[in-house]
Amino acid sequence: MELAYSFDERPLWQRLNLADWLFAALLVVAAGVTYYRYGAYMDVYEQGILAGSTVGLIALGWFWKAWRLFLPLAGAIALLAIQLYQGDLARGQSAFWLRFVLSSQSAIMWMCTLFFLATAVYWMGLLTRSALLGRMGSGLTWSAAVLGFAGMLTRWYESYLIGSDIGHIPVSNLYEVFVLFCLITALMYLYYEAKFAARQMGAFVLLVISAAVGFILWYTFDRQAHEIQPLIPALQSWWMKIHVPANFVGYGSFSIAAMLGIAQLLVRYGWLKDKLPSAEMLDEVMYKAIAVGFLFFTIATILGAMWAADAWGGYWSWDPKETWALIVWLNYAAWLHVRLVKGWRGTPLAWWAVIGVFVTSFAFLGVNMFLSGLHSYGTL
Amino acid sequence: MKKPSRHASFSYSLYELLSSMRFAIGLLTIIAIASVIGTVLKQNEPYPNYAFEFGQFWFVAFDWLGLYDVYHSAWFLTILAFLVISTSLCILRNGPGFIKDMKAFREKATDSSLAAMQHSEEFEAANASPEQLQGYLAAKGFRLRQHRRDDGTLVLAAKKGAANKLGYFFAHIAMVVICLGGLLDGNLPLKLGELFGRVVPETRDLPQSQIPEQSRLSTRNLSFRGNVTVAENKSADVVFINSGNGYLVQELPFIVTLKKFHVDYYSNGMPKLFASDIVVTDKATGKETPATVKVNHPLIVDGVAIYQASFGDGGSPLNFKAWNLASPEMAPAKIEGVSLSSQPLRANGKAYQLEFGEFRQFNIENMERSKAEGAKSLTERMHDAREVKRDKNLKNVGPSITFKLRDEQGQAREYHHYMSPIEQDGASYLIAGMRKTVAEPFQYLRLPLDDDLKIDTFMRLRAALKNPALYDEIARRSTAKAMQGSAISPAMRQQFEESVKWILARFGEGGFSALEQFLDQRVPADKRQAVAQTYIKILQGAVVDVMAVANERAGAKPLTQDGRHYRFLLDSLVAASSLNDYGVPVFLQLDGFTQVQASGLQMTRSPGKTLVYLGSLMLVIGIVLMFYIREVRLWIRLGNGRVRLAMTSNRHNRDLDEDFRRHRDAIQQLVRGA
Repeated sequence: MELAYSFDERPLWQRLNLADWLFAALLVVAAGVTYYRYGAYMDVYEQGILAGSTVGLIALGWFWKAWRLFLPLAGAIALLAIQLYQGDLARGQSAFWLRFVLSSQSAIMWMCTLFFLATAVYWMGLLTRSALLGRMGSGLTWSAAVLGFAGMLTRWYESYLIGSDIGHIPVSNLYEVFVLFCLITALMYLYYEAKFAARQMGAFVLLVISAAVGFILWYTFDRQAHEIQPLIPALQSWWMKIHVPANFVGYGSFSIAAMLGIAQLLVRYGWLKDKLPSAEMLDEVMYKAIAVGFLFFTIATILGAMWAADAWGGYWSWDPKETWALIVWLNYAAWLHVRLVKGWRGTPLAWWAVIGVFVTSFAFLGVNMFLSGLHSYGTL
Repeated sequence: MKKPSRHASFSYSLYELLSSMRFAIGLLTIIAIASVIGTVLKQNEPYPNYAFEFGQFWFVAFDWLGLYDVYHSAWFLTILAFLVISTSLCILRNGPGFIKDMKAFREKATDSSLAAMQHSEEFEAANASPEQLQGYLAAKGFRLRQHRRDDGTLVLAAKKGAANKLGYFFAHIAMVVICLGGLLDGNLPLKLGELFGRVVPETRDLPQSQIPEQSRLSTRNLSFRGNVTVAENKSADVVFINSGNGYLVQELPFIVTLKKFHVDYYSNGMPKLFASDIVVTDKATGKETPATVKVNHPLIVDGVAIYQASFGDGGSPLNFKAWNLASPEMAPAKIEGVSLSSQPLRANGKAYQLEFGEFRQFNIENMERSKAEGAKSLTERMHDAREVKRDKNLKNVGPSITFKLRDEQGQAREYHHYMSPIEQDGASYLIAGMRKTVAEPFQYLRLPLDDDLKIDTFMRLRAALKNPALYDEIARRSTAKAMQGSAISPAMRQQFEESVKWILARFGEGGFSALEQFLDQRVPADKRQAVAQTYIKILQGAVVDVMAVANERAGAKPLTQDGRHYRFLLDSLVAASSLNDYGVPVFLQLDGFTQVQASGLQMTRSPGKTLVYLGSLMLVIGIVLMFYIREVRLWIRLGNGRVRLAMTSNRHNRDLDEDFRRHRDAIQQLVRGA
């Protein structure tokens, strides 16, 4: 997400084409309809989030052109699913399209399958140096992301079908945020893949997504964690809508960085050297991922602090989750310092990025599993 | 030049060290490690828990290290203070240079330094017009300065993205601002007060009004975070702050009165809403502010934020029926009490202390007995995975009360009694739990309820079972019935009657375990099974007659003979047997209540919050500027028919190579005079 040192120095609005404006118009109309239909149920902050996310999503589409296709497509699939429900949740088990493709769980299961396939195809493409397989890997990843995103939107709607007081944005428990993690990581990866024209990275990044998908499957089949639960009072806040996604941009970026760190180390130690992009390029993408992740993680932690000030009586309580967020933040702050100030490059930073993701995983999962505290929503 | 003195060189090296990045990173590492300790070791638990967990030696050692409240320990705060100093010095040290750098255009760069730059190229220039080049650079967003050298050559020094350096200032000043805000809101002043003995935490359990002055904090205290529990229609004008092994009392500038506490549940039994209707009365002006405080929706009065933190029982008046277990024929006595308080109780000539625990009006239990996961077919699993909604069989099993009965020796047993009938396997019961120590789980006994959902019939049956005066009559009826059914021969009549009486007496004395004890002592091991079967059979037959006799004597309606009632009788036998282990001679049946709830309110004053938020904003701006604004400098030297183009940036990556190529191509085009 390198802001703007593009050589084309024309002001942004002159560089926009018709498709950009159509996309913007579509989103504004969608936001307008949303406001018209549901504005009465939103408080002023939620209305602010609606406006802010409209602007943000338009900006994202202008900045990353593929988004202009992705978002409307996922939205259209979700709308189709909503249409098919006809306001009755039970149709999810009877209507053919809902039952097999479009209900949130079916869509998410398809996402899982497609991510697994993409991983295999990317690896085959990497090992055989086949550009075609690489493109197929991209296609599968895109499809997985579209279905996953549509599934999340549908799930949001389904939660309201269970009960109008139960409905909420699907970022409230460990199952939902794992799906979110897969989506964000995949989308960020797809951006870098296009920008650096290096599909070989997919083999590595998709591994971490597959691991998350494995967790989702276990969590669904063994624990029935996919069932929609109402929000406990502590989570009934508009803060959740911004705090959680911001956090997962951070987690996703750090994971991408770690996987690219592994790829880079392989190259530097002479493995797959003739098949992977240059170590310098992997190093650069890794740095970019960490820079984005650090920014979003900082924002997420600050938003979390502000939410805590509303919910727990203080912006900082040294709760285990908060403390581990601080540790993660310190870790990457140090990483960026030695890179930017001391000029470190290559092997040590790649190792550090790999270790960093373990620290991050502990903050994300380990705290919920092993430590108790205020932040105990996502227990296993 | 004068050599710096030893002293000066020492303080300079100290300054050098403190402002260095390795020192800062070292501090960050220590903070990270210390933070880990605080997450692994549960913080601010009651001290006895720690002593129990670690043993005396380590308990004292950890206490000395401040590990029970790491984040407020003196050493942790010292490290934070050093971090502030280090970051401030870093800003002081690098700041002037950075500012100079931000202002400078470096237009006096020499040819050799331009040539040495990574991106540098010299080419022919047939028609180099400075104005045109200036126009180009300006259009590309550069600011520039011209310099005419002595040799007549012209240098255009251009740059953009100076805000990158500004990012450094923002981010690092932000850290200092956030830490200062945090230190202001942390209990640093309190720690200092404790250190100098001005403030002493209270460790005794005293009524609030008797807590001495040295443990009280006045309303002038800048920042605090404390808790108080207020019952409905009661008020509070202080909060309690945990401090090490004790607590402090923080005076508030107002009085908070709880009018009503609300708790709502979703249809699946999960909590939906916790809210307190409160009235805040200002002590100085008497102004009243009514408000509702909910989770995520605090009320802010006088800079003090009031949060909904917890809830519980506030001391509810309760009514009990006290059944005398030792004199089962007695009618139950009525007893009144209030939860969360104690009162004396005399039972069967002994004095007890009755200590009520918490009264709960709602107890949501999961009644589901789901099919074992392993037994599910693949199709069922797939179906489950598709379904986002599952109806949980959650049920409110109604009010409950816990209490302890403490005898004169100080020994206590704890009880957990439900009030409403609870249905299990198609029959209704009154459920009562008992345990001897807090470490054990409760053992529940089920008292079967009669057709009116009362325990009276069971109690009547139990009284009859324990009443030897009735045994003759019961034995006579049982024997008659047995003979009628030709289960026994007339010759055995006498013997059978005796057996019935004997078994009833044994059972009445000590329940099933008394019978078992007899078997173990008197009957050879190989015959026990058979004899036990006979005993049970006789008992199960006789209980019908026990009930009949008891009902007749009480003038109650006889039980109709059917499967349901027979089950009632068998359950009664089990319950009567279990009641022998109940431990106290009185059974307190919860019979009525008036719920009084309490709300736990947290109150905080944190003037540092504004600073922290300001710092946070600066931090985000700083990070954006540092990472996403690239500082680029570009030089064009014109003269002698040639052009030297050189470019540097604080960030070297592929974009820079690309940009350099493009600038070069464009400038070559311009100077070629096409």
